[in-house]
Amino acid sequence: MKDAIGNVQRVLVLGGTSDIALATVARLTAGRRSVQVTLAARPGERRSAATAELQSLSLQVSEVDFDATDRSSYEKAVTLAFDDGGDIDVVIVAFGLLGDQARAWRDVDAALDLVQVNYAAAVACGVLVGERLRAQGHGAIVAMSSVAGERPRKSNFVYGSTKAGMDSFYTGLGDALAADGIQVMVVRPGFVRSKMTEGLKAAPLSQTPEQVADVIVAGLRDGRRTVWAPPAMRWVMLALRHLPHPVFSRLPI
Amino acid sequence: MDDHRALQGWGRTSPSVAMVHSAGDDVELVRLVADAGPRGVLARGLGSSYGDAAQNGGGVVVDMTSRDRVLSVDTGTALVEVESGVSLDQLMRLLLPLGLFVPVSPGTRQVTVGGAIAADIHGKNHHVDGSFGRHVVSMDLLCADGTIRTLTPESELFWATVGGMGLTGLVVRATLRMKKVESAYCLVDTERCVNLDDLLARMTEGDHRYTYSVAWIDCLASGASLGRSVLTRGWPATLEQLPRKLRDHALDFHPRQLAVAPPVFPSGMLNRATVAAFNEVWFRKAPRERRGEVQSIAAFFHPLDAVSSWNRIYGPKGFLQYQFVVPFGAEDTLRRCIEMLSDAGQASFLAVLKRFGAQGDGHLSFPTPGWTLALDIPLGAPILGGLLDRLDAEVIAAGGREYLAKDSRLSASEVAPMYPRLEQWRAIRKGVDPDGVFTSDLARRLGL
Ligand SMILES: Cc1cc2nc3c(=O)[nH]c(=O)nc-3n(C[C@H](O)[C@H](O)[C@H](O)COP(=O)(O)OP(=O)(O)OC[C@H]3O[C@@H](n4cnc5c(N)ncnc54)[C@H](O)[C@@H]3O)c2cc1C
Repeated sequence: MKDAIGNVQRVLVLGGTSDIALATVARLTAGRRSVQVTLAARPGERRSAATAELQSLSLQVSEVDFDATDRSSYEKAVTLAFDDGGDIDVVIVAFGLLGDQARAWRDVDAALDLVQVNYAAAVACGVLVGERLRAQGHGAIVAMSSVAGERPRKSNFVYGSTKAGMDSFYTGLGDALAADGIQVMVVRPGFVRSKMTEGLKAAPLSQTPEQVADVIVAGLRDGRRTVWAPPAMRWVMLALRHLPHPVFSRLPI
Repeated sequence: MDDHRALQGWGRTSPSVAMVHSAGDDVELVRLVADAGPRGVLARGLGSSYGDAAQNGGGVVVDMTSRDRVLSVDTGTALVEVESGVSLDQLMRLLLPLGLFVPVSPGTRQVTVGGAIAADIHGKNHHVDGSFGRHVVSMDLLCADGTIRTLTPESELFWATVGGMGLTGLVVRATLRMKKVESAYCLVDTERCVNLDDLLARMTEGDHRYTYSVAWIDCLASGASLGRSVLTRGWPATLEQLPRKLRDHALDFHPRQLAVAPPVFPSGMLNRATVAAFNEVWFRKAPRERRGEVQSIAAFFHPLDAVSSWNRIYGPKGFLQYQFVVPFGAEDTLRRCIEMLSDAGQASFLAVLKRFGAQGDGHLSFPTPGWTLALDIPLGAPILGGLLDRLDAEVIAAGGREYLAKDSRLSASEVAPMYPRLEQWRAIRKGVDPDGVFTSDLARRLGL
């Protein structure tokens, strides 16, 4: 269990190769020995690299197979992770797919891929993890949403709509689990320079995974339900949400 | 009565949610244990342990405070039989008028007999009277197999339960040997000590002459004043020693509550400046030397109990208490630890220093011969985790240990070197509770 100082003992990352999640684990466990981390992801080079990276921080890392496009893998992965040791203090739901926006709104398969990974799989994992944390009577879920979910934009509204869905789901899950002592924190980053956005033009207020990680760690410590990264993004989005549509639709975003 | 709710310790950190049952009769307790789910069962007293010792997230917690009857009193032998949920406060109110005082009193009266046994608590008289377990004549323990066993000090399970943090079963009843007293007062000598050397010398030289001894150290003093402190020592007052006007009501015990801390206090009210100012006034106010002052038991033992819920003054982030003991001969470690705390400016009103006497027989009992320092530390400072990790390393290197009833942050790898009899205790627990029905957040955190 998280101790009085806020030190964690076990962390599970669903989507275990995410740059933001790895940076968060590093920040969360800084200076601690013997923290256990389970990386749930597709087997392969990227997972091995993630494992090696965390091992170099003297964390005890284990791997379980998880594929957000494969419905049959969710339950097995969550069960394996939870039954593999002591209680899990923090679960980071970090998998996601940016997709190809130009195709996504005109091609059913491309659209459903985004729905499956970003929404359906995220919901399924929330249900499974929520049950396990409820049984422990403590723990936290960090759900990686996006500012793209706050108001659909022409440039990536399919992706944005899936994030809007998962964002709502986890916000509600937080209310449902509050009485069980579980914190659910929805994280809404703006543009992050990472593997996921490689090759894209950086947007204003763009940031590194480490900067997002700092926001996440502070939010967990303070018991927050929603955090924006960078924090100023909250006010940018507030303004954007209230722009009249004719103005909003002409913005180059 | 059942209740699904979050529980915390006195330090108000790391809550977890459990199904809380108010303890019914023995039959009901047996049923609760038999029906325990995968997350097990744990007894809870008044929740005065600082960390997660009395929590069992996702499991069942039995609130024993409804079992608070005194079953028999023998003023001749000083033996009393009580239910385990009775508090030391109740015992004092009820039994002091009969000339019986609790054999060991911690810094608060708000602990139950069950909690006192499970933590094998110590008081200011450890150097002469030992810890609580030494004064327990027998106890009834509800075990994982549903039997209630009467244990005496001849049995191993008795000593695995004394200091066993509730992990061997539910203590349902206990028979205690009380201390006979002629009054509800103490005779107290007070001395100001200019620094740590001065203090340690006075305690080493003179503690054996007193029944009770404790020193309060100003942890913010540094340099030549490092360890400046006020030493108070005393004895139970006999009738003859009391001033005439107190003699007619010598055994009256009516401790008053002066105030209740308000429920909302911002974190950070206690900072270096406010605490340093407090400590300065407190040190100046103490007499350089005063002998034979008559103090009531409540004033001498439980000054903090006068303000109910004082733990709220640390604000929503809560606080922790750090208490360790290092053996005699490790005075350098003690000094280094105080220096590290003083340098870091980790505001603590006062630290308490005591000398422990001979070790008891509880496998996981905290007291071992040596110096024990306890201090409250508000949470929030980012440097705190690293500082306490370094203190742990000092304590372990000196062959010392930390008190599980106060702990809220140790990890499994640190407990084994602190408690050399841990393996023996585990074997006994395994024998009586092979499936680990009795468990707690503390037990899971430390892999006990
Ligand atoms: C202001 C203050 C001053 C203190 N000063 C001292 C001191 O000077 N010396 C000292 O030794 N301690 C001191 N303590 C700590 C306190 O004495 C112990 O933590 C004690 O165990 C608290 O008793 P409780 O009834 O509140 O137990 P809880 O905190 O509710 O529980 C503590 C442990 O006891 C177990 N337990 C409780 N009841 C039973 C039962 N019936 N059967 C089996 N297990 C049980 C619990 O499972 C848990 O592991 C102090 C605490 C405070 C808040």
